Order: sequence, then structure tokens, then C-alpha cells
Amino acid sequence: MQDFIRYIPHTEEDVQKMLEAIGLKRVEDLFQVIPKEYRFSKPLNLPEPLSEPDLIHHLQGLQVPMMNSFLGAGAYYHFIPAVVSNLISRSEFYTAYTPYQPEISQGTLQAIFEYQTLMCQLTGMEVSNASLYDGASSLAEAVLMAHRMTRRKKVLLSQALHPEYRRVIQTYIDPDQQEIVLIPYQKGEGRTDEKVLFDLLKEDVSAVVIQSPNFFGVIEDLRPIGEKVHDFGGLMIVGFSEAVAYGILQPPGMMGVDIVAGEGQSLGIPMSYGGPYLGIFTTQERFVRNMPGRLVGETVDLEGRTGFVLTLATREQHIRRERATSNICTNEGLCALMATVFLSCLGKEGLRELAMMNLSKAEYAKKVASQIHGCKLNFTAPTFNEFVLQIEREPEEVLEKLRKEKILGGFPLAKFYPELRRHLLVTVTEMNRKEEIDRWAEALEKALKS
Amino acid sequence: MKFPEGLLYTESHEWVKNEGSQMTIGLTDYAQCQLKDIVYVEIPEVGSEFKKGDSIGVVESVKTVADIYSPVAGKVIDGNTTLKDHPQFVNEDPYGKGWLVKMEIQDKEELKELLSSRAYQGSLPEEL
Repeated sequence: MQDFIRYIPHTEEDVQKMLEAIGLKRVEDLFQVIPKEYRFSKPLNLPEPLSEPDLIHHLQGLQVPMMNSFLGAGAYYHFIPAVVSNLISRSEFYTAYTPYQPEISQGTLQAIFEYQTLMCQLTGMEVSNASLYDGASSLAEAVLMAHRMTRRKKVLLSQALHPEYRRVIQTYIDPDQQEIVLIPYQKGEGRTDEKVLFDLLKEDVSAVVIQSPNFFGVIEDLRPIGEKVHDFGGLMIVGFSEAVAYGILQPPGMMGVDIVAGEGQSLGIPMSYGGPYLGIFTTQERFVRNMPGRLVGETVDLEGRTGFVLTLATREQHIRRERATSNICTNEGLCALMATVFLSCLGKEGLRELAMMNLSKAEYAKKVASQIHGCKLNFTAPTFNEFVLQIEREPEEVLEKLRKEKILGGFPLAKFYPELRRHLLVTVTEMNRKEEIDRWAEALEKALKS
Repeated sequence: MKFPEGLLYTESHEWVKNEGSQMTIGLTDYAQCQLKDIVYVEIPEVGSEFKKGDSIGVVESVKTVADIYSPVAGKVIDGNTTLKDHPQFVNEDPYGKGWLVKMEIQDKEELKELLSSRAYQGSLPEEL
């Protein structure tokens, strides 16, 4: 019973005081009028209390046996507290859009302002916009911004950048005939090949785009690359698909990065078959006039009261028409609100703990997988919650066997990297219990043996 | 509203002070008055070259953003960096502290196409 006290607003002391006031000793005494044989004296036959994620896991398990997923590759299965959907469902918030008469919606603007503050803290940058569509389009906007600022037409993309993000960037810049040069990854470490990068880096390069953790889950060494890019007058852009990683990684803003752009789905937004997601975009204050998208600022009215406004709107399309900074006149309001509520619930420590949990579970999975015969870790550099496994059989066959045991065992990398034919990208989050990881490893071992 | 004699003017509301091989460029009193409170001025980097009519920068006011056009072809040799912290100089002193850039003139012949103070005033809308 003690465990349930926290749901009752009265402390033990409060109860004693109230009992004293009416001249009783124990709560039981209140029920003296009911004959003893009709009173229930034993403790209730209930299981131990559960935490919110455990309770939801239990209830879902009662419905249908669940698939255990070890998929990630840009969409991550994280726990979302019920408070997120409760708060965003309020009718004042429940639109995916920034209002057309923004200043009348002070609540929406304040929420966006809080979102911007959180994103600056998360990425270590000075300015955040009000959000963009998703990680891919956000990175594409970053590439356009670098071109706007440098007037150079060549951009270097790491091959370890999410392949779908690369395609979106391509779509964005093709009409302007900008050139993309791919920088390969190092076969051993799994990091972007610095040597090749430095050879290609010249005065004609507008920006270098590196994802960290990269598509293989590997953490990149950003600082030396950034310094070199700046030597040649280009911009250093950092992308990401797993925002939770910044709970423990040093934020890119502390490593001399000019733009950080990536995917915010991990921050309280359901996977929803691929969208709507959240495009995070942060930069340094001196670049703010070249930043795409909307920006909410804090100000005071004539009577000195705090208020929120859309600021620097004169750069936008409805005023500048074809000469606008970008084509973006909107944001992903509802998803940005989800991330805001999610991060506010977790706090700095909570996010750190969540990231640690992801890291340690993934490290555990790496350990058990590396002990399986016919299976080895492919890259040596440190990873966050994803890693690449090399297996000795055809991935389709192995994954099919796992699927029969209700396990989505990993993402076959050959789809995007033909040279990684027998390789799986495996993702482990806080949602994968230890016993599930063990079951995954056993099933994998069995599939590789047979 | 003032339009000093001795300066040259463009129809896009820039003024030009001819200083031999180089010139100083700014926005006219009429332009700053139309734009109202100017909050930001973006000027080109020293060394950049422009043709006549190219956009060389922008001025941003509380209500709009306007381009600054190069009155004649030339190369930028200096920019008014004080505008970064004091963009209001363009409103307060458009022909003095509010100057924008100095450029080296490529072809002096092009100056002949610019307007005199009187011709420029004549080109402005009548309600002034």
C-alpha cells in the first residue's frame, strides 16, 4: 500500500492531523459502524505498481503479442509519456500550422518560443527557427542557405549521411545546377573519410554536410572537419536523425559548427509510418538574416508587458515575394509542440538518463551479438544506439526467420549500400528490454546456424 | 525633403557622389522616408564587382525589405560598417553618416545617364 501513497495528496502527517481534529486514532476507526465481518481486512490482491512505460507495455501485451523491433535508420521507437498527447490535443493548440494572424495567438507563439529555446540548448547553437517539415528538408534548407551566403555551387555530402536525406537535398538543389560531391566513409571506422574530404575541400565549396551520429550509428569527429571547412571559407553543416543522442554527446554548437539541421521525431513524436515529423534548424546569430523559416521573438508592448511576435518577417515570402530568404512560410507547429512538451517533461537530467539508457542497451546488444558465431561488428568507432552487424548469411533469409519469431531483426543495408550486402543496421532504444535483446540474439544465432 | 545639388541620382532612389575615379553611394531622402524605420542594412563585401543595375545589397525596414542597385558598373572599395550597429543613420542623415558603399568607377561615361537633383525631383510622385 505504501507505494500508492504518492497518488494521494495527503501525507501521513496530514492524515494524523485530520484524525486528531475529529478525535480518532486510526483511519480504520472511521468505519467502526460497519460490522467487522463485512469489512475487508486483507491487503488487495493486486500486483506491484508499475511505471508508465511498463504499464503500457503490459497492457499492449494483453492485446496482441507484439513485434520486437530493432529497426531505426531514421525513425526511432521511443517512449512517449501520455502527457504529450494530452497537452497537444487542447483545442487552442490542435493545428499543425502557424496562425495567419500570429500575434493574436500568444499561447502558440509562446510555445514556439519555448521550442526555439530548447532546440538552442539541445544543439548548443544561438538561434533556432520555428521548425521545418522534417530532418531531410531541414538539411536541404541548410544547403540552400550555405549557397545563399557563399554564392558557391559545390557541396560536399558525407556518404554516411542518411541516403534519403541526400536524395531530398539533391531534389532541392538540382534546379539551380548545384553540384554534390560524395565523401566516402572509412571502411574500418565507419566515419566519414577525412583524408578524401580534405583533398576535395577547396575555395569553391559552399558547405560540408556531416551527420552525427551518422547513418551507421557512428559518432563523427566534427571539430577538425569544421576547422578545415572554415579555412576555405565554407560552412560546416551537421545533420542528425537521432536527436536523443544529444542528451550525452557534446552539442555540435560547441564544436564550431555553423548550422545544425536534423530530425526531431525521437523527441515525443510517434513513428506514424514516416511522418509528420519535425525539422529542427539552428544556426549562429550572425547568420539569422539568411536563416529559412519563421522566427518567434520576445518583446514588450506599449505598457511594458511581455509578449511574443513573429520577428524578421520582412525576409519572408509574403513581403519579399521572389526575393524572399526561403520558400518556407510555415512551420511544423504541432510536432514542435510535442517535442517541447516531451523535453519539458524529461528535463536536462531526464534526457541524459534516456540517452544513457539507449547507449548502454545498444552496447549490451553489441556485446551479445559479437559473441554469436557468424556475426561480427563491422565498424570500430564509437556508436550511440545503432550499429552495423556483418552476418555470414543472406540478410533476407535471416530476417525472415526472425520475423516468424515476432522479431524485426534489423535493417538490411544493401538497399542503400550495395557493398554492404550482408550487413544489418541494428537499433536498440530504451523500449527494447534486456530479455528482448537476449531473445533477438538467440534467434539470430539460430538463424545463422541453420 | 532635401536633394543636394552636385549629387547624381537614379530612378531606383540611390544618390551618387562623383569623386573622380571613385564614387560614394547612398539612399535618397525620399527613399528613407518611404521605407520608414530602417533596422538592418546589408552591404556587399569589399572587392565584389557589379554591373549597372545589379543588386548590391538590401535595406530592411520595419515594413519591408528593399534592394540597393548599383548606379553604374564598378568594384566595391569600402562599405559603411557603422550601419551594422546604427542602421538608423540612413534615416537620420541619408547623405552623410548614412552612406552605404564606395566604389571604383569602371566607365565614367555611364555617369552621364544618371539624373540631376532637379531631374530626380521631377521624377518623384507629385503629391510631394
